[in-house]
Amino acid sequence: MSNTPSGEIIIPGISGSPGICIGKAYLVEREGVNLIKRYPVSEELVPKEIDRFKNAVVKAKNDHAKSIEALDGDFSDNLSILETHLVLFKDKMLYGKTIETISEDRVNAEWALRKVSGQVRKTFEQIDDPYLHARVNDIIQVSDKIMSYLVGAEDIRIADINKRVIIVAHDLSPADTSQIQLERIKGFITDRGGKDSHTSIVAKSLKIPSVLGSGTATENIKNDDILIVDGSAGIIIVNPDEDTLFKYEEKLSRFVAYRADIERESHLPAITKDGVSATLLANIELVEEVVSAKDNRAEGIGLFRTEFLYLDLNRFPTEDELLHRYKELVELMHPSSVTIRTLDINGDKFNPYIDPVEEANPALGLRAVRFCLENEGIFITQLKAIFRAAAFGEIKLLIPMISCLDELFTVKGIIEKAVQELEDEDRVFNRDIPLGIMIEVPSAVLIAGELAAHVDFFSIGTNDLIQYSLAIDRGNSRVAHLYQALNPAVLKMIQMTLDAARQNNIDLFMCGEMAGDPMNIPVLLGLGLTKYSMNAGAIPVVKKMIRSIDAQKAKKDAQIVMSLGTTREVMDFIYSEYKDILPYKDQED
Amino acid sequence: MVNALGMHARPAAQIAEMAMAAKGNILLSDGSSTADASSIIDILSLCAVKGTQIFIVSDEPEDGSVADEIKDFFDQGFGENNSNE
Repeated sequence: MSNTPSGEIIIPGISGSPGICIGKAYLVEREGVNLIKRYPVSEELVPKEIDRFKNAVVKAKNDHAKSIEALDGDFSDNLSILETHLVLFKDKMLYGKTIETISEDRVNAEWALRKVSGQVRKTFEQIDDPYLHARVNDIIQVSDKIMSYLVGAEDIRIADINKRVIIVAHDLSPADTSQIQLERIKGFITDRGGKDSHTSIVAKSLKIPSVLGSGTATENIKNDDILIVDGSAGIIIVNPDEDTLFKYEEKLSRFVAYRADIERESHLPAITKDGVSATLLANIELVEEVVSAKDNRAEGIGLFRTEFLYLDLNRFPTEDELLHRYKELVELMHPSSVTIRTLDINGDKFNPYIDPVEEANPALGLRAVRFCLENEGIFITQLKAIFRAAAFGEIKLLIPMISCLDELFTVKGIIEKAVQELEDEDRVFNRDIPLGIMIEVPSAVLIAGELAAHVDFFSIGTNDLIQYSLAIDRGNSRVAHLYQALNPAVLKMIQMTLDAARQNNIDLFMCGEMAGDPMNIPVLLGLGLTKYSMNAGAIPVVKKMIRSIDAQKAKKDAQIVMSLGTTREVMDFIYSEYKDILPYKDQED
Repeated sequence: MVNALGMHARPAAQIAEMAMAAKGNILLSDGSSTADASSIIDILSLCAVKGTQIFIVSDEPEDGSVADEIKDFFDQGFGENNSNE
């Protein structure tokens, strides 16, 4: 955080969703801890104080029950979390202990609750188990809710906010985010949360700018402060001075004009100026993102990440639960197709309920298909659900992290087992669906020709391919600048994969973040890539880029690019050749 | 503990509900620490993983059926699919 002489404060955070907004702050109080006073309660008033506490719990609990009822079917993922909260309200350690504290310490209920919930939090924070550690949040949310009724503060319901404001919260629960009404809120900021959090996924699909994980936003921002949220850069500016405000207003109007321009053309087909047509698909993680995919005119789902349900349920979903989710998705997308990627659990997302073994190097560890091959039962359950859902619409099956032929053969063997089980159980299913693999490990690129003979399509996962090819962890700020999509070595990997797919006459998709950045499109198109899958929000921008390119020129340019030695040269070349059609970019940095 | 995932929030909530129906106290113990079975928070803080031996203790003779119910719930792996090995 930095202070400038004018009193302007800049708070860095994590980009939750891109875009810029300027507006007034609206604090959603959680943990009104600073406001809580301690005062003694005389012995004869203790029963009354306890009643006051009990009343607050009843109200909080009823309110919570209502928000469960009001939850859309789409958000049923959150249901189990919310139902656990419901039981927590009357938990002895929280409820009973608070009552005990009121009568033993003869203090007011607010103070007693704060003391008890603080102790419970401490206990959980000391536990060395990531799953239990994460339960701290549940306890905080429940005790905050009771607290809001005790102190008489109106519990601010996001659904009731009727001003065009920027929400500032310590954290937004799944229940909160499910209530956000796009037309009422300009943007939001949270202290907690990260790039892959539920909150960020929702923000992206709502297309409102957000900055998450700011750490201290709620401490440094007061109600009605003027805020600039730069969701693209991941920063918040509190009480900007006039120069900053002016600069951002200009930026915002350019951004708005650019967006409007893009949206005007978003219904047009993705065809280059000389008639080469491309297919633009969406990457999604939640079924509710289908709305955003359709709004942005995705021609299908090029990547459905299936991890969310596994992480959210805190147990392995059953075949029927998976089937229900997949069926809903394919029916919503019909007649377009949905590419379902099987479980790609990796080190940092590892389920606390599976195995607490700490891997020294999770990115190179038991992840994705390796995990599924070790846990055949889990894999078969998912495959069966996918084949059953395929009876209701168009599905492609995508296997992540294949690094050698043996793995692919083993996967095929397990697929046969899954099919056999479905036959034995007399299920309705469809096994005649395209089988593809992710190309995201350098070894797979080197044997792409051999792999191509055994599958129907490839999908290049650039995030991992870049990480593994360049040996760069982009989460590590000391080397993150070396994570470069346009590195000549990465481009060679992509070219080799394209060649193998072409020679074997199989489909090729790209589904990493690289596919969603207009800067990369001229080279990719020039190399012959025509099927792109990206975050839905990026589709209109990429489409505009494709519509402005001449494929013949791109092909020639790609040949030049492939002869260049450094990333800098590649970027300079693309910039000089395409600067007129590249979307507005900040040139200040 | 036969459940492959060990103790987690959903079964803890169910156990707490069963234990709350008891007249007296129901305790869960892993031999070193003891938890009040009517509190999710306390149950979770036992950190019971698969294979942990859990003792169910009741201080009220009438609560035998509640203790049995909890024992069955444990034995059935909390009614979850445990076929992941």
